[in-house]
Amino acid sequence: MKQSIDELFSLQGKQVLVTGGSRGLGLQMAEVLGDAGATVFLTARSAEDLEQAAAALNARGIITDWEAGDASNPADINRVCAAALMRLGHVDILVNNAGASWGAPAEDYPLEAWDKVMNLNVRSVFLFSQYLAKHSMIPRKQGRIINLASIKGLMGNAEHDDIIAYNASKAAVINMTRALAGEWGEHGITVNALAPGWFPSKMTQGMIQFRGYEKMASRAPLRRLGDDEDLKGATLLFASRAGKHITGQVLAVDGGVSAVGD
Amino acid sequence: MELFDLTGRVAIVTGSSRGIGRAIAERLAEHGARVVISSRKAEACASVADELNTRHGPGTALAVPANISNKADLVALVERSRAEFGRISILICNAASNPYYGPMLGISDEAFRKVLENNVIANHWLVQLVAPEMCAARDGSIVLVSSIGGMLGSATIGAYCLSKAADMQLARNLAVEFGPHNVRVNCIAPGIIRTEFSRALWEDPAVEERVTGLCPLRRLGEPDEVAGIAVMLASRAGQYITGQTLVVDGGDTIV
Repeated sequence: MKQSIDELFSLQGKQVLVTGGSRGLGLQMAEVLGDAGATVFLTARSAEDLEQAAAALNARGIITDWEAGDASNPADINRVCAAALMRLGHVDILVNNAGASWGAPAEDYPLEAWDKVMNLNVRSVFLFSQYLAKHSMIPRKQGRIINLASIKGLMGNAEHDDIIAYNASKAAVINMTRALAGEWGEHGITVNALAPGWFPSKMTQGMIQFRGYEKMASRAPLRRLGDDEDLKGATLLFASRAGKHITGQVLAVDGGVSAVGD
Repeated sequence: MELFDLTGRVAIVTGSSRGIGRAIAERLAEHGARVVISSRKAEACASVADELNTRHGPGTALAVPANISNKADLVALVERSRAEFGRISILICNAASNPYYGPMLGISDEAFRKVLENNVIANHWLVQLVAPEMCAARDGSIVLVSSIGGMLGSATIGAYCLSKAADMQLARNLAVEFGPHNVRVNCIAPGIIRTEFSRALWEDPAVEERVTGLCPLRRLGEPDEVAGIAVMLASRAGQYITGQTLVVDGGDTIV
């Protein structure tokens, strides 16, 4: 590998916190950030899952630490962020990936489900960003925040997905990304969002089984769903020197689904 | 990092003797690609190609001058690139022009046609020349360098902005058309980047300060800050991204 390649996409010496980092897209992003040289700090609800994920990342040669916490609980967010700063000293890159969904027709959508989805997908993104910006990124005049939105935050649903809170929450994440980018740009912090299309994960497995992989893949110009590597390039772009003039943006990584008109 | 490796890949970059195009060509070459340097000026192209060949070894870069408004030039550009380097799997349409400054009410038909032809139709010609081969090989990445001008209204460079909006739509159309053949098409939309093209906006520090005062990152972009995006889109790192426009403007368009 040439030295210059290291330079443009390298995260040597950087420290990242990934929420919902024990599996799925969060783990995929932790992998690429760690592979690029960053020290990784994971958080998720289950200590057991975190221990497994950390072991897998350590086996790749990535220095990994973790702290369990429920991101829908503000006290837990404070505790996890404090633990990360105590053990790492500072955080350069925050990946707000933790999220959840709930399926029900909008007219019958339970209030508890709405609150659960919004508190995790929107409020936790804000609280993690607020804590780490205030206590680490703003004082150090640098930082990168990457929010996991979704193409479901860009459009409604042609079929009966029945995920009104998820749609609303991801649209909120997208405009929160722009607003935070506008507000914190002067502190040298960039804030961007990734909008994945359909990726097989614990959250989407039911939907993929119900609709069928082939049928869903046929809706994407690239004729497949996302895989365990597809989110890595865009993640590293937003996290590395290569992306330092990009802020407030949302990039769909969806095989072209969001570009199709017919 | 293997995800961004372009070893053995062949890239044509138009408008690459200076500015953003040159920065893209340099970074593609650094990541292992063989790059074709093209612009109207033969000497300038040769000098960039020489520099890259010195830096990365002979056979890294080839200079093929071409005027994008001349279809025969573009045919020759593609044929020569193929003859020297083999199959083309990366096309970066970066060359563009802006021959008119003033209101739409005053633009001549000739100037309007020129803008559309250089900034949109020429891209389409190049795509027609390289895409069949990419589709047959099921391997290709096309990047159109658009502009944030294509997302906002303008009272002074309206035709240019219109052409840049057309590039974003061209990328979406082609992404849908070529996606089943595993050929991806995306746009990069830079904001104000410190190049010759934007000289009037940064030559005078007072003007630069006014231009960057409301920009979230409080500064202009540098050509190299566009280049990494092209590397990502051209490589395996961008393999599931198509039909998208990625804005790189320090946040100018989101406030």
